[in-house]
Amino acid sequence: MEDMAAPQVIPAEKPEIEEVPERDRPWVTIVWNDPVNLMSYVTWVFQKLFGYNKEKAEKLMLDVHHKGKATVSSGARERMEHDASRLHAYGLWATVDQS
Amino acid sequence: MFRRKGSRCVARLEPYEVRALRQVAAEVVALLTDGFDRADPVVERLFPDVYPDDPASTADLRQYIDGDLKTAKIDQAGAILAALPAAGGTEVSLDDEAAEAWLRALNDVRLALGIRLEVRDDMDIEEELDEAVLRDPTSPRVGQLELYGYLGLLQQSLLEALTS
Repeated sequence: MEDMAAPQVIPAEKPEIEEVPERDRPWVTIVWNDPVNLMSYVTWVFQKLFGYNKEKAEKLMLDVHHKGKATVSSGARERMEHDASRLHAYGLWATVDQS
Repeated sequence: MFRRKGSRCVARLEPYEVRALRQVAAEVVALLTDGFDRADPVVERLFPDVYPDDPASTADLRQYIDGDLKTAKIDQAGAILAALPAAGGTEVSLDDEAAEAWLRALNDVRLALGIRLEVRDDMDIEEELDEAVLRDPTSPRVGQLELYGYLGLLQQSLLEALTS
């Protein structure tokens, strides 16, 4: 995650490389399993905050429950930080990472 | 427990339930105001690190989001206090906005209790309660486990009432 705290500026010259630079990889919001939160509540929060239909929200909730975590949104870093904060207001355990 | 009545979620609570809800909501407000301590595991759980492997970025972000998050959590605990009936009353009636605030606040209270009780994923609260009663029926843990179980049922009933 080095350099990511620095403001993103468009470089004057684009380096001639094929692979996707680290800074262009999308950021993701991850929700982690928690022994307290009700499954029905977690599903409802995913529907409420992300507009997911019930089927998608339930699948994400079950991923959190069974696999320990699930990626619930992806995009620009600032937007992921906003998503994590909104999830924290609902009491879900969310972190941000680069995919 | 809550049920749907027209556009509102309503519940008839026993006086001891009203007292318990008032106490736990007030405790959360106290935890978020005068008693705010970053080193408290409950605070750590209510305000998780956004970047667990990057304390500098986490600390940087806290400056921007912690204040709003704290205010939101105080407000939602306040929504419980505001909607509880005055002494002697039993009726709680919530519009959808208040019901959502209650859901979030009940969750915060359960998270706080869950940390104090060291709730685990594989823990059966009823079994845990039985064991605690056998060890010492007068211990604070018995009352806290009962409260934790009750708040889970109350939150579930409110969610069902809100989404029905």
